[in-house]
Amino acid sequence: MSDDHPHWSPLSLHDMTVAYQRRPVIWDIDYKAQPGRLVAIVGPNGAGKSTLIKASLDLIPKVAGGVRFFGELYASQRHRVAYVPQRTNVDWDFPVTALDVVAMGLYRQIGWFWPVTRKWKQKALESLEKVGMVDMARRQISQLSGGQQQRVFLARALAQGADLYLMDEPFAGVDAATERAIVELLRQLRAEGKTALVVHHDLQTVTDYFDDVLMMNMRLIASGPVSEVFTPENLKKTYGGKLGILDQVGLRLAGQGPTP
Amino acid sequence: MLSRPIFLPLAQLNWDYNTQVVFLGTTLLGIAAGVVGAFMVFRKRALVGDVIGHSALPGLGLAFLFGEWMSPGAGRSTTSLMGGALLAGLVGAGLVLLMERTRRIKSDAALALVLSLFYGGGTVLFSIIQRLPGGGQAGLGSFLSGKTASLLAADVSMLAVAAVVLLGITLFFFKELILIGFDAEYAAAGGWPVRTLDTLLIFLVAAITVLGMQCVGLVLVVALLLTPASAARFWSQDARKVVALSGVLGGLSAGLGTLISATWPRLPAGAIIVLTGLGVFVISLTLGRQGGLWERWRGSRSLQQRILRDDVLRGIYEILEASTPTPDRTGTFSPSELRSRHSWPTRQQDRLMMELIDEGSVISQGDRFRLTEHGLSLARQTVRLHRLWELYLMEYANAAQGHVDLHADVSEHFLDPRLLAELEERYGSRIPMGSVPQSPHALPSAVSPVESH
Repeated sequence: MSDDHPHWSPLSLHDMTVAYQRRPVIWDIDYKAQPGRLVAIVGPNGAGKSTLIKASLDLIPKVAGGVRFFGELYASQRHRVAYVPQRTNVDWDFPVTALDVVAMGLYRQIGWFWPVTRKWKQKALESLEKVGMVDMARRQISQLSGGQQQRVFLARALAQGADLYLMDEPFAGVDAATERAIVELLRQLRAEGKTALVVHHDLQTVTDYFDDVLMMNMRLIASGPVSEVFTPENLKKTYGGKLGILDQVGLRLAGQGPTP
Repeated sequence: MLSRPIFLPLAQLNWDYNTQVVFLGTTLLGIAAGVVGAFMVFRKRALVGDVIGHSALPGLGLAFLFGEWMSPGAGRSTTSLMGGALLAGLVGAGLVLLMERTRRIKSDAALALVLSLFYGGGTVLFSIIQRLPGGGQAGLGSFLSGKTASLLAADVSMLAVAAVVLLGITLFFFKELILIGFDAEYAAAGGWPVRTLDTLLIFLVAAITVLGMQCVGLVLVVALLLTPASAARFWSQDARKVVALSGVLGGLSAGLGTLISATWPRLPAGAIIVLTGLGVFVISLTLGRQGGLWERWRGSRSLQQRILRDDVLRGIYEILEASTPTPDRTGTFSPSELRSRHSWPTRQQDRLMMELIDEGSVISQGDRFRLTEHGLSLARQTVRLHRLWELYLMEYANAAQGHVDLHADVSEHFLDPRLLAELEERYGSRIPMGSVPQSPHALPSAVSPVESH
């Protein structure tokens, strides 16, 4: 078992299969994340990228397979794992401020029933500082732009002080300033020895932003360092007949890796 | 009776011991219902409250029959009836959640199905009970439409204690209930027992429903939960304040409703309490400062006013531009010239002209008008911005020259300061600050010929 789920790996998946209504969405995924790396999870729509993350976090049931965080079951490692859901999952008209949302990342540490005291608010502000949103702390969340909302979500995850970050499309629909802020943040996390798995749609930036890549389309196509794995051949396998995607990646890939 | 002055109802109020007790009980219940209801609305479970109310009906019937079967007469005990109602309400809510999990039935359909099933079943049970010997006096009817005025002191003290306990439980879990209301998935990932918290919330809603049934009847009880929270949302964007205000409004409407129905005993008390709450809601919907109708109307009106003002200033400047070649634009214009350039209504233009005269931007000169220094600088600023924006649109948005005016008209009123700064930065060197560039397109010529002066 320890071979399948070594302690050094922040997230190890062994033969993981997930199904909705008996129809498999992801099949037999075997994967071990390397520590201290920024990992992009890429694949076409419906490839099961979000499902991979949610099933790992026990948010949806698995049909088969095992998931371990740092070699242990998730329940015992929750304090080391932070999840950033898709921004569109929640109702942004909810009557809370940016600071309130970030404080939710501290609820585990605060514990049941105890209110969010000044000490915790200060901690939440520190997280907001890291994403350049301190000025917006008292804003009601509906008054934030999409990019600012995304940064609030990131700050909430940061507040947890985790070692592994699972992010579902943090770059989707954000402005250029937010994109830069997120990239900066990811690099800072890596410098602190932390690991991030990020569902990512923009193939053009994969080589710039990430160290490793996990390419999937219901099953695992390839995983490993971007320079070795992110090849036109693997992209074709991942995206199938949608060659337009390859054009998108364009010249960036020319001369990189074996050409098909 | 007829001579009773209707405008002095409170003076007529029979403020006896029983009324005081009932007032206290319903007010406490209103507060608890408002607070619990706020969390129900946060979790988007308003209709579950409705299902619980309707599902309680067969519970009442069964509890009565069971009690009578155990020992005749015991079926009428309020405690056992309420216990039955609570159980049935919880079963109804549980069924809805189970049906949703199949994913084949969407939540609105599941709610409607369960509601009809339980209410139908309850109606049949009630008609059977009515035909039983002694069933007619079972007193079940009071649960259908409420019996606020005739509540007994014993009922009320139980009501009050229960309301305070429920209020306490809810506030105890404040932070956790907010968390699952905002982002249940994140809560689950963090290890919070979302399903247990949901069950707790449903239990709280069911308990309020069963308590409220005695006051307003089971069909209307959802209004006690829903109305204060909905009203409170129009006053605050802060969950803490929304919850507090929802409690206050809930207590206020229930207390006031009780007083009104004590003054006019012939009116159905339950319905009066609910209608009082709805009155509070309508006031909030209209006057609320967070998205109320009045505020919205004012907001869109002030935007329209600003747009019109900009357009009129620009219209004046363009007339003067044609008639006065010198940059001091000392020429005059008449309202009819202005009107011929744009399609704004005469009345609005007249009002705006009055405004411009009042603020000293425009002064009359004979039967014509001219811009003051202040007015000219305002007009320059407006026209400059308009033309910079036109230039920008032509360069970067591929707008054809002939259409540029229309595009610019619509969007320039929404420019944010960042973009304004960018415009100035981009064109500032070519077109010095404060000066007005040539219009990049042909300007409409006035219909009436511009008089020379």
